[in-house]
Amino acid sequence: MANKINLTIDGINISVDEGATILEAARQLNIHIPTLCYHEDLCVAGNCRVCVVEQEKVKNLPASCATPAAEGMVIHTNSMKVRMARKHIVELLLSEHNADCTKCYKNGNCELQGLASQMLTGDHLFLDLVPGKKYTIDMFNTAIIKDDSRCIRCQRCVRTCEELQSVSALGVAYKGDKMKISTFHEHPLFEVVCTNCGQCVNRCPTGALIERNYIDQVWDAIYDSTKHVVVQTAPAVRVALGEALGMATGKIVTGKMVAALKRLGFSSVLDTDFTADLTIIEEGHELLTRLKRALVDKDPTVTLPMATSCSPGWIKFIEHTFPEFLPNLSTCKSPQQMFGALAKTYYAQKRKLDPKNVVSVSIMPCTAKKFEANRPEMRSSGYKDVDYVLTTRELGIMIKQAGLEFDELPDEKFDSFMGTSSGAAVIFGSTGGVMEAALRTAYEIVTGREVPFDGLNITPVRGTEGEVREATIKIEKVKPEWSFLEGVELKCAVANGLAHAKTVMQNVRDGKANYHFIEVMACPGGCLGGGGQPIPTNKEIRTKRKMAIYEEDMGMPIRKSHENPEIAEIYKEFLEKPLGHKSHELLHTHYTARKRY
Amino acid sequence: MSEQTLKRVDLIFGEYSNEKYKVLATTLERTNEEILQELLDSGLRGRGGAGFPTAMKWKYTAETPGDEKYVVCNADEGEPGTFKDREILYRVPRKVFSGMAICGKVIGAKKGYMYLRGEYKFMVPELVKELAIYHEHAKKLGFDFTIEIRMGSGAYICGEESALFESMEGGRGEPRNKPPYPTTSGFMKKPTVINNVETFVNVLMIMRLGPDQYRKLGTTDSRGSKVFSVSGDTPIPGIYELELGMPLDKFVDEFGDGDTKAVQVGGASGFCVPRKKFKDTVIGFEGVPTGGSMMIFNSSRSMYNVLHNYLEFFEEESCGQCTPCRVGCQQLLKGIVAVKKGEKKAIYLDQLMKLSESMKITAKCGLGQSVANSFSSIVNNFKEEMIY
Repeated sequence: MANKINLTIDGINISVDEGATILEAARQLNIHIPTLCYHEDLCVAGNCRVCVVEQEKVKNLPASCATPAAEGMVIHTNSMKVRMARKHIVELLLSEHNADCTKCYKNGNCELQGLASQMLTGDHLFLDLVPGKKYTIDMFNTAIIKDDSRCIRCQRCVRTCEELQSVSALGVAYKGDKMKISTFHEHPLFEVVCTNCGQCVNRCPTGALIERNYIDQVWDAIYDSTKHVVVQTAPAVRVALGEALGMATGKIVTGKMVAALKRLGFSSVLDTDFTADLTIIEEGHELLTRLKRALVDKDPTVTLPMATSCSPGWIKFIEHTFPEFLPNLSTCKSPQQMFGALAKTYYAQKRKLDPKNVVSVSIMPCTAKKFEANRPEMRSSGYKDVDYVLTTRELGIMIKQAGLEFDELPDEKFDSFMGTSSGAAVIFGSTGGVMEAALRTAYEIVTGREVPFDGLNITPVRGTEGEVREATIKIEKVKPEWSFLEGVELKCAVANGLAHAKTVMQNVRDGKANYHFIEVMACPGGCLGGGGQPIPTNKEIRTKRKMAIYEEDMGMPIRKSHENPEIAEIYKEFLEKPLGHKSHELLHTHYTARKRY
Repeated sequence: MSEQTLKRVDLIFGEYSNEKYKVLATTLERTNEEILQELLDSGLRGRGGAGFPTAMKWKYTAETPGDEKYVVCNADEGEPGTFKDREILYRVPRKVFSGMAICGKVIGAKKGYMYLRGEYKFMVPELVKELAIYHEHAKKLGFDFTIEIRMGSGAYICGEESALFESMEGGRGEPRNKPPYPTTSGFMKKPTVINNVETFVNVLMIMRLGPDQYRKLGTTDSRGSKVFSVSGDTPIPGIYELELGMPLDKFVDEFGDGDTKAVQVGGASGFCVPRKKFKDTVIGFEGVPTGGSMMIFNSSRSMYNVLHNYLEFFEEESCGQCTPCRVGCQQLLKGIVAVKKGEKKAIYLDQLMKLSESMKITAKCGLGQSVANSFSSIVNNFKEEMIY
């Protein structure tokens, strides 16, 4: 057991584990010390100095986030000295910050704004430094906008990019009054290694890093009577949208979300989960084909391990960082893009619509999906497959704009066709979910039996934040046509967060790991912790969302992708067979090697 | 207080012993306890400006468990008006390396680094020559401690010890949170002693003379002598080694041009002492401490310009990571300009004084904390020059 440290905070004695900071000790006492650069997910920076406290017998005010509690410390969190210093610090930040809040996308959801109102900073103690400075606003990216005039240099984004994602697209440049957060040689984000994962957006306390929003474009499409606007919703949105609308964390709001989308005026409310199921069929067959070519045909050109391709942040990461492994990626498009391609082909035909009048919108927990939708290869329907990608946050804003009382809405059901899905599709939203869904189907294809796990819950592959999950699934008593897989131990790895993905790929490259199948989701916890999800984020919030996802899976009448009746129908009516000609045309893609610099 | 006078000393720049690395050789034969005790008895405090007792710093580092420890010599002499380390390294590098080696023995380090100011690159060939001699003797003595030179790149902040480590490790020169202190987590997060160039020379001289003779110099709180960089309105600018604890008026009598208005003690991050306080000001840890910089201003100088210059320096040299320093320096600079131009009322100076106080107690490192020193001492003593 850790040693205990005794200290006094605001006159209350407390005993904490050795190594705990003053801030953590205060939180245990429910004393709220304001913070800005501090974030639960990141290492301590101690650079904003908002969290300073007074320590008796010490001249300077220590930053509570960065100072370990020490035996006998006497701390005051709200003394005259502390209040004055904190107010000065917030005033200083404001003096350097483009504080035209009503023009800011983060208005009302800005941590600096919150502190300013708490400290009653209306009297503007200091000079306004903003007019004398030149700020860069990077608006060239399709996914993320970076506005330096709103940056408070807390470096949360820098730490996120480096620690959680191992991408390091953002860094600190210059010093003194010119110090800023920038990229390699100050190139715009779209020219550097940025994966558009949006984790920085999730953690930016102000409006310096935001998603590029397409809200007005979507409204325009909805109000255009010549357009048929279909919307698809990703699995992780339904367990987080409630947070953006004032509901408790971890609430499943699928029915209300559907109801809201219908009231917003979308012509048809469909489900990305449908194409998640389709992805499983295509990707499952792709994996089995690769295994057959490797084990039976001894084809030296076959690339294993096969890696999932649903996460566009991961795709851009591997394109930059491990371009030699692009053949290992599944050629399957992500469910969003499969949906987009089908919306303007199969769906349009079935509904007798001219695809040029179909506008396809997706609601995603993700900022990288915006980039993905704009990739030049994502036009296999002959049109842009997905016209606009909105984040969970943007949908939250639209619902507020429309004046809907979200928690009062009745539960409604997705439209059909392309609105039916299985529990296997729902768990795409969590790390390990794609792996589990694929195994549920592939195992059954090969053996004719359900996966040998209680309640179909393949818990060994359910990922955990902050680690790489490895599992081995033994395949036994296979059907005759799959005899080559008899006794094969399928080795799987599941990674979430690009830093862990990097570890996996380094191990594969260095021959330290011998996997068959790798699932990677770029964001911590998987899509449920995506860069487009409601702010704030932390491990507790993500854990609640994860529990909600698995709860939703358990409640679904169909739990396996291949049992989704709409899937059977689309193969019968349109696609013919998995990995068939139409599939290749519409559902599969290719990748582009990119440079590190 | 006994009346101190100005006394020139010739300790630091005194001649080498007749045999190369002789003092080092004899010191290496002594026990660590003896060496630490002598340092403690000598009363030596760090010569970089902060004045931490050297013996304690070494003792803490020696006591921290760990096989890998480092000795770092801070030769990133960047304080405006300070140029004494350059002279020391130019004239007596052997003494510096000997001091570092003694430290290596005491704390159990095998590796020492000298972090040399980028602008002092011209000295590298000479230093490398001396290092070769050192390594040769160390080898002869069977002493496993090597020294390497690392170059700075011109950032003032890298003279701050933890920013210096970051820079040496290849990172951006940004100060770290403290604690942990270098004694437990310094270069490469290993226990490290980091001392100023002059401190290491003092160590060697204490080893040569013994603590008793060393203690004869200086006052109770400030033992020994100090190398001063004298500049500004003086007929005799240059490097002078003087006994610590001298009264400032005596110093001005010796070095001033007869019309001295103020002395900036300790560079841009130090204190400005006006004429009326010369008599009551002692140069030493009990009075106004200095890393060596003594800038003399006569009555032809505008103290507004002096402060403006310092603040411009800080605005640019702040690493920029912490709010009080990054934005505070900009506000102080723009603030005094606004008052001077009449855009802000004179009372705004009070607001700025409060701000500088906040910077002093909230900034992450010594840079931001010490901006208030020159700011408040100049504004308080020369308020009319700030306004009119």
